[in-house]
Amino acid sequence: MAAQEVASQPSDTLTTLKTESETLKTKLEEERAKLHDVELHQVAEKIEALGQFVMKTRRTLKGHGNKVLCMDWCKDKRRIVSSSQDGKVIVWDAFTTNKEHAVTMPCTWVMACAYAPSGCAVACGGLDNKCSVYPLSLDKNENLAAKKKSVAMHTNYLSACCFTNSDMQILTSSGDGTCALWDVESGQMLQSFHGHAADVLCLDLAPSETGNTFVSGGCDKKACVWDMRTGQCIQSFETHESDINSVRYYPSGDAFASGSDDATCRLYDLRADREVAIYSKESIIFGTSSVDFSLSGRLLFGGYNDYTINVWDVLKGTRVSILFGHENRVSTLRVSPDGTAFCSGSWDHTLRIWA
Amino acid sequence: MTIRSDRDHGQRYRPRMSCLKKLEATVVQMQDPSTGVKGTDQKLNVTIIPHVITGQDIVAWITKNMNIDSDEAQAFGTMLVAFGYIYPLQDHKKLVLRPDGSLYRFQTPYFWPVQKWKAEDTDYAIYLAKRNIRKKGVLDAYEQEEYNKLHKWMNHKWDFIVMQAKEQYHAGKARQKADRVVFDCQERAYWIVHRPPPQTHSAMDYGLDRHIDPNAEEKKTYDYYRRIIIYTQQAVMRSRVKSSVSLGALAKYITTFKNHDPFLVPCLPSNPWQTDDDSYWELNTPDVEIPTKMRVERWSFSFYELLNDPRGRADFKIFLKKEFSGENLAFWEAAEELKWGTAASMSEKAEHIFKTFLAPGAPRWINIDGRTMGLTVKGLEHPHRYVLDAAQTHIFMLMKKDTFYRYLKSPVYKEMQKKAISPAPHNFSEAQLQQNMRNRRPSIDPIITWQKEQEEKAKAEAASGPVDIKKLMASKLDRK
Repeated sequence: MAAQEVASQPSDTLTTLKTESETLKTKLEEERAKLHDVELHQVAEKIEALGQFVMKTRRTLKGHGNKVLCMDWCKDKRRIVSSSQDGKVIVWDAFTTNKEHAVTMPCTWVMACAYAPSGCAVACGGLDNKCSVYPLSLDKNENLAAKKKSVAMHTNYLSACCFTNSDMQILTSSGDGTCALWDVESGQMLQSFHGHAADVLCLDLAPSETGNTFVSGGCDKKACVWDMRTGQCIQSFETHESDINSVRYYPSGDAFASGSDDATCRLYDLRADREVAIYSKESIIFGTSSVDFSLSGRLLFGGYNDYTINVWDVLKGTRVSILFGHENRVSTLRVSPDGTAFCSGSWDHTLRIWA
Repeated sequence: MTIRSDRDHGQRYRPRMSCLKKLEATVVQMQDPSTGVKGTDQKLNVTIIPHVITGQDIVAWITKNMNIDSDEAQAFGTMLVAFGYIYPLQDHKKLVLRPDGSLYRFQTPYFWPVQKWKAEDTDYAIYLAKRNIRKKGVLDAYEQEEYNKLHKWMNHKWDFIVMQAKEQYHAGKARQKADRVVFDCQERAYWIVHRPPPQTHSAMDYGLDRHIDPNAEEKKTYDYYRRIIIYTQQAVMRSRVKSSVSLGALAKYITTFKNHDPFLVPCLPSNPWQTDDDSYWELNTPDVEIPTKMRVERWSFSFYELLNDPRGRADFKIFLKKEFSGENLAFWEAAEELKWGTAASMSEKAEHIFKTFLAPGAPRWINIDGRTMGLTVKGLEHPHRYVLDAAQTHIFMLMKKDTFYRYLKSPVYKEMQKKAISPAPHNFSEAQLQQNMRNRRPSIDPIITWQKEQEEKAKAEAASGPVDIKKLMASKLDRK
């Protein structure tokens, strides 16, 4: 029936629809604006300013032979897994800087890696279009590749992966424009999420008690919030001017931050359904590759393509510190589970722990 | 020299390198004759190089004009050098900005990254061949290697390459010596940026190309607009909260957790990453017997915080046991396991949950309203991952709004608050810190911790069978 309609009066129908969609979009903005009674910096006026920060590199992890692309913390607060362009995935005890496990993937550009909540496995993937789970072993001589489990299958590169609340499910995002939820044991796809018009580059799972949503960011400049049960996009935000490289939830789960190639980080409030802050500076012109919040949500750490890390005051919108040390792009950045430090991985082959 | 129209600043699909446009604007300002960086003439052997600038002048200009610290200015300057807008005259292979008397020059726009993107292998071959013609053996080892490689791959066009190289060489000879020296420097700088020497990287490396072209116009069909209309209609209908309310909540969260954020308030006894002493982790293990005061305080912030902390959840379980209402939490945990468990185990788990918590006369029957119970039981006929959602949310809300607050006022919690320890801050001397650094303790492998946890869990389940309400009530009646 729809096809017939289009065939009979194609241009009329399309024009009417286009006008209708534009009107609705304007209406949406009006509805959003109606409830916008205060700006973030006004709320921040009552909060005291931050003191001076002394953040230094406390550990430098050397061992990757090429660009470090991704890293993740273990729940034990001291171990991390990192992956690199040369196909190596390494598990470190960052506190002692010892390497504990190493896996060589059959592909280069391992852009995604994640530590399982139990601490007993890691997941990784990249140009092989797959996400594989490697159970870790107490026997250091064991070849981990032997027990590898291929879980996710996409039609293009894997950009990010994340375990849900257990080792049994993995959420992935891909260059093919989709995200998907997989059952690890069977490799079955439990849910797929369509809606991005271009590569999806990042995702983050909501920390809320119900834990049923996640946010993804893509090259279409959109950040979408998805319902894991139904596969529907429940909210979306399109205010960035370029690719969104990283999204991260605010610790309470009511907001999230994004970092983009347009050199800004932005904060989106989910309950008010709008962008509430832009973290930018004239002197910062290179894209943000990854962002993460400190434990209280007061600080936002951003790793940038100009080799620096900028620390932002989330409430006041100002930059409180800039950290130097990496000799190439900072490609990944995550705060440790107990908030005592954050780890940055870079194209200079190293990872640094800052505290 | 034309800018390729199909390549936008070196990235096929969109201006990922749009930052270069902004860099260029700054470079143009820096070269302004009156307000720019002051250059001088430098003598190099017998020639005079014009418009030479020093590293410290560049940093000073950036500091002043961009209103930033000299550290940041130096980092910004390094970007200018890395992308080839400014090139060093000394130590030309290392593309960093040194904030001292080191000499630099502005690169001619002809060699700016955006103009001649992407640096072609043919051009590189011509460049290397030309230098070879000028003087044999002048190429570096890595350049010689590249030259040999290119000769192999481009063997079919090698005559063309040699001819071009000779032409450029002769054209160069026709120039004035000073101009020739300057041009050679510029060209060399260009190739250092685009063909980095070993152990260095090229700033032009932007990683992988994106797969989908977001600039490609999605076909504006009926379906396309229909999707947008449906989505936007739903979005308009969605309930929103006033900014003052939601932003206030964000600020409140920050204030509540401020003292618990190690970046804002030092954690006690000390941050393991800073002092190399891991006592902080030892005192906060998931199964520690006496938790710290900070940790116990955090349990009171929200029900989620209490449940999320294994130690808090354990304490809550003790309270529930005393109240004989452990079935609510047990049900919630079982529902979580169903939701996040393997697909294969689902129907088995669903059945177990039904028998234990929902069936009439079940040993750990949970008290939910009739409607929810009806929906859940019906759903369990064809169990799926989210079949217990309604019941689970109901129970969770019950615990959150009622049980949680009673827990906080209970003797169980109050006693925990009293028992909780407050570690004194470490005060290490420099020598002690050095020693700590040498003696960093390794920790138990998470695999072992996990195995232990699983064993404990199995033991606990076997030991504490479900409380049989009927028997219990019967025994109470008997006593009466």
